[in-house]
Amino acid sequence: MDIHFIKENIPLYVEAAGLTVRIALIGILCAFLVGLFCSMIRYLKVPILKGMVQGYIELSRNTPLLIQLYFLYFGLPKIGILFSSEQCAIIGLAFQGGSYMAEAFRSGLESVSKVQKDTGLSLGMTEKQVLQYVVLPQAISTSVPVFCANVIFLIKETSVFSAVALADLMFVTKDLIGIYYKTDEALWMLVIAYLLLLLPISILSSVLERKVRYAGFGNTSTVSGK
Amino acid sequence: MQDLGIQVLFRGNNFLRLLEGMWAALRIALIAMALSVLLGFLFGMLMTIHNRAIQCISRIYLETVRIMPQLVLLFLVYFGAAKHMGVNLSGEMASILVFTFWGTAEMGDLVRSALIAVPTHQYESGAALGMKKWQTYFYIVIPQSVRRLLPSAVSLLTRMIKTTSLVVLIGVVEVVKVGKQIIDASRYTNPKAALWVYGAIFLLYFAVCFPFSKLAAVLERKLAE
Amino acid sequence: MEPILQTKHLQKSYDGSHQILKDINFSIKQGEVVVIVGPSGCGKSTFLKCLNMLEPMDRGEIYLDGKSIEREGKNISLYRQKVGMVFQSYELFPHLNVMDNLLLAPRKVQKRKKEEIQKEAETLLLRVGLWEKRKAYPRELSGGQKQRVAIVRALLMHPEVLLLDEITAALDPEMVREVLQVVQELAKEGMTMVIVTHEMKFAKAVADRVLFMDGGIIVEEENPQEFFVYPKTDRAKQFLNTFHYAALEI
Repeated sequence: MDIHFIKENIPLYVEAAGLTVRIALIGILCAFLVGLFCSMIRYLKVPILKGMVQGYIELSRNTPLLIQLYFLYFGLPKIGILFSSEQCAIIGLAFQGGSYMAEAFRSGLESVSKVQKDTGLSLGMTEKQVLQYVVLPQAISTSVPVFCANVIFLIKETSVFSAVALADLMFVTKDLIGIYYKTDEALWMLVIAYLLLLLPISILSSVLERKVRYAGFGNTSTVSGK
Repeated sequence: MQDLGIQVLFRGNNFLRLLEGMWAALRIALIAMALSVLLGFLFGMLMTIHNRAIQCISRIYLETVRIMPQLVLLFLVYFGAAKHMGVNLSGEMASILVFTFWGTAEMGDLVRSALIAVPTHQYESGAALGMKKWQTYFYIVIPQSVRRLLPSAVSLLTRMIKTTSLVVLIGVVEVVKVGKQIIDASRYTNPKAALWVYGAIFLLYFAVCFPFSKLAAVLERKLAE
Repeated sequence: MEPILQTKHLQKSYDGSHQILKDINFSIKQGEVVVIVGPSGCGKSTFLKCLNMLEPMDRGEIYLDGKSIEREGKNISLYRQKVGMVFQSYELFPHLNVMDNLLLAPRKVQKRKKEEIQKEAETLLLRVGLWEKRKAYPRELSGGQKQRVAIVRALLMHPEVLLLDEITAALDPEMVREVLQVVQELAKEGMTMVIVTHEMKFAKAVADRVLFMDGGIIVEEENPQEFFVYPKTDRAKQFLNTFHYAALEI
């Protein structure tokens, strides 16, 4: 093991990890918004849009991110639609993650009983107010564990970004192996980088999940409606 | 009509080649899934044994697989094994290895939770009938567990099929690789080839995965009844 | 005196065939307490839901203060503010603590000032013995406590009429009393209430008038002394017998 080589190349990995984190953050935020939008359309049973959302969810869930990226990055420019690598990565993540987030929201929304909504209505709230103050806060809280699982899943998915020429961790690793034949060192750094990235989120999510499952509502740290 | 470029899919045996590529990807998933089911059952049963060492090791195995992106695992096996074991592992072999490693962990966890979901008095009533331990397992417990884990197993297969898209990155000749070859070959004759080829691959994956995920949903609903 | 709340020819069916409410003509005066009893499935809970416009009805009219109520649009909110409802399963909002449960609707629906509602809420909580619990979350409360909070929540909207739908049906026997006590006090203060209940003793004690419903119609309408002692119809007799009411001393 060439410690000197590792030391020398740590900055490369840090930079690559930074890029991954930045794009993952933006992409996951977009995915969250897409998911929220889709689940609202389905919840409110908006005609036409509802069907489109359903179609999108099926398409997104049943196709790999890598193929979506290839289509965005190599396919679309042929009809004049050009995206940069970063834009592709973000769009891809939002497209892929949106459906997963929508499903998470849906299970959360379904967990709120009809009588809860009736109660809101009986207090004179409008449908919109019931959704905003009664249904959504509960739905979001109950879907926290699924959200966390989705976040981890999506960060793992970012590992394919090198395919659209983004200098992420995989890209750097492949480079180092290709140029210097330092296979062991490069792979070790790759594994450690992903561990550092994902382990804290994984631990955090299991803590959150336990809180939601055992304490339920009443623990302010998990209640988003407050 | 203007040249749309869609002809690229039907020139020569291009479409057939894409289908063959899709099959190459699918084959990896199917072989790995079959192995995962076998090994997963063993692993799952192993995890139900109350032994600290076994539980600790299987936990680490499970979490490692869950936390590492599949592509990282592919890199580790493909580049790492090639260097250390001196074997020149083909991309396809490496993929099957990694997918089985991953699938066994996931299947094992499904089997484990399905096994513990079978109430203890089911085990006891088997024993009460004079069955041996393995007989209780084979005739009473496993049939009940299979029903319970079937939906998740089918969706694991769907995930595996989707993940086969990654194997092109370690040099396996499958649908994406074939697609690239087709695009390269028609670079001058059909500049829009990439759009259609990748579009077609996108839809091919959808065509394969969609029925499986519908099946999983149907099974899930049946189970809930 | 004019009735404050009234229905004329109210009809409701499920799936277009099973008629759960057949031509209900109902009225209640200011300060009156009407208790509705009847076997399960007789339509009494559905009737309350229709009164709160939570269930669409097929035919009929609802009048509040003599004015016919439209079934759609913004007026529904105004109507529901005047006709409050408490449910069997309490339905406190689990993500909000007691005080926030109480403040939500007055603030968001009636746009009242937080300080003012808070003061009123604290007074009411004090009265039902739950002032200490104002910061607690619903899951930390017993069923009886939750139901008392739910009553306070409805009261804070200053309704003209309160609908109580089997509010003790989900409670353990020892908690039933603490909830019914609150209702009895409200009755004494002149709160207009429509109560659906299976607690016959309570019904007898609190009601000004008892409606006996069966098969989607009002079979008998009587003051409690009459109804519980000398029910007129066989159906009512049969129903009361199932509660061993005949054995009770009067």
